[in-house]
Amino acid sequence: MADRSIALWGFLQRQNERAMQRPEIGSVTAAALLFIFFSIASRGAMVEGSTLARIFDTAWPYGIMAVAVGLLMIGGEYDLSAGVMVATAGTALGIMATEWGINIWLAALLSLLICLALGAWNGIMVVRTGLASFIITLGTFFGLRGANVALSKYFTGDALIERLDEAPGFDSLHAVLATAFGTPPEDFRVSLFWWAGFTVIASWLLWRTKIGNWIFAAGGDPTAARANGVPVSAIKISLFMLTATAAWFVGVSNAVRYTSVQAGQGVGDEFFFIIAAVVGGCRMAGGYGSIVGPSIGALIWGIAFIGIPQAGWDLGWRWAFLGVLLLVATLINHFVGERAPSEHGDY
Amino acid sequence: MTTDTAAEHGQAAPDSPNQRRPIIEVDHLGIRFEQVTALEDVTVDLYPGEVTCVLGHNGAGKSVFIKALCGVHQPSSGHVKLDGDPVSLDSPRRARALGIFAVHQDLALVPLLSLWRNFFLGAEPVHGWGIFRQFDAGYARATLAAEMAKLDMEIGDPDRAARTLSGGERQAVAIARALYHGARVLVLDEPTTALGVQQAATVLRLIRRTAERGTAIVLVSPRLEHTYPIGDRFLIFRRGHLAEDLRKDQVTRDQLSEMLAGGTERDQIEAALLEESPDDVIDDL
Repeated sequence: MADRSIALWGFLQRQNERAMQRPEIGSVTAAALLFIFFSIASRGAMVEGSTLARIFDTAWPYGIMAVAVGLLMIGGEYDLSAGVMVATAGTALGIMATEWGINIWLAALLSLLICLALGAWNGIMVVRTGLASFIITLGTFFGLRGANVALSKYFTGDALIERLDEAPGFDSLHAVLATAFGTPPEDFRVSLFWWAGFTVIASWLLWRTKIGNWIFAAGGDPTAARANGVPVSAIKISLFMLTATAAWFVGVSNAVRYTSVQAGQGVGDEFFFIIAAVVGGCRMAGGYGSIVGPSIGALIWGIAFIGIPQAGWDLGWRWAFLGVLLLVATLINHFVGERAPSEHGDY
Repeated sequence: MTTDTAAEHGQAAPDSPNQRRPIIEVDHLGIRFEQVTALEDVTVDLYPGEVTCVLGHNGAGKSVFIKALCGVHQPSSGHVKLDGDPVSLDSPRRARALGIFAVHQDLALVPLLSLWRNFFLGAEPVHGWGIFRQFDAGYARATLAAEMAKLDMEIGDPDRAARTLSGGERQAVAIARALYHGARVLVLDEPTTALGVQQAATVLRLIRRTAERGTAIVLVSPRLEHTYPIGDRFLIFRRGHLAEDLRKDQVTRDQLSEMLAGGTERDQIEAALLEESPDDVIDDL
């Protein structure tokens, strides 16, 4: 009996050690604590169905983006153009579907090709020039920020493109990307399932496939990875294109859901994606991280974004919260990593 | 010269039957970069089961020589034969496919990656089908443990990040990995330079054991006290030439040490001359 309980205790300790070493441990703990905190501070308003719906509705675009940005960061790169690329995808869709009367499915496909080209541009420039992706994608950020608005005005006469629902094929695309479940205000969007699906697929890709092994190696030590025959450049370019694809998915989903596109949107969102990835345990310098972590990081943002007004606080605290969260998460990750240097906890 | 060396060696080490046939024959190899001749007329054979130590000063040509073996530099003249057939070693990947592996000091392992992930990096075993094909982690972990056991090395938890290994363990994993992936010729570039005495001894023992199992080892190290005890043959490079090719029974450690020091003196004189009248000397060159 005593032997058994000792064995069980040892097993639990080992499991606990393993769990403590997972990169997403910090974000999961923080999400749970924050949710409890705001539930108390809002006197229970947090656990109502309508509030949960709004939390998830705030979080999903950031969640989908954070999954891709997290993979890119593990691969050793940043993408500062990811925020405005969401607007590029929507704007391109809007111009083609409303002004040119193209079937919205075809418009979505063409919009995807534009985003893939932009992602490839980011990736090829980073790989070829050897410059920091921070600089290359900052250039793309400003380029797109200007082009989104200018081209929208050039083709439609306005930075706001409306009435996408009149485009041919709209209903079926809306059904796929923006169906709602439940009655307002307790309505959950199908986007949640897309988010969950992308998280599962990306996580599987990272941990269970050889591509995932290459992503870790490309970000952790590109020279050693190359010496072992890993196609580092191809991996990095693909990751930029994947991030662009995520931006396309979010941009098009939002466009069909609201039936309108604001060409100037998305500025500053790129930092939310990066914060979600870092809070989720992705190493700033690459080579280490997880995918579930960034997803939870986006959920934390949703909890805070909705929880702060629910608790009756000024909305300005949202930004202060974001800053504190980033610092605390990075510090926790850093010290947990110092203590448990292994595959599952190294910074 | 080639046949002489082979015959002599057969007598010298009768305990290894394979040694009569060289695995690699380097035949009048020369390498030029633009105007500069880095390596000239190098002829040497490498035998399975032997540790061949490459000695010489910086710029003497030893690093160009091993890089040529590993497919990094292409010969300008002469050629390399593998098992008696001329081969074109046009890339490190090609060299590896032929069984010639280099283990570098720093490039061996990705620090943040776990041991089993490192062990199969670039050659991941997969199972499953179609798009569901995945990295066979169970097989990778088991293979890592089995391969390290073959070398009598204990490295513990395969999930450890490579950076938690000691320098000696890191070399051991890198060597085990090369052997597992089919290394018949193992080129080790300064494997003990950054190590303390104990760890260097462990790595040197491991190299010796690896050779005894039939691998041809090419060992580059500036430290004679490390290479002499485990070496079978000693190649001394000077100014792009293979100046000496000696078996262990032909030379003592002190003699080798003197030969290398002699090189230094010459280099010093040259350097002094260069300083005195640089233009003349450069014209001569």
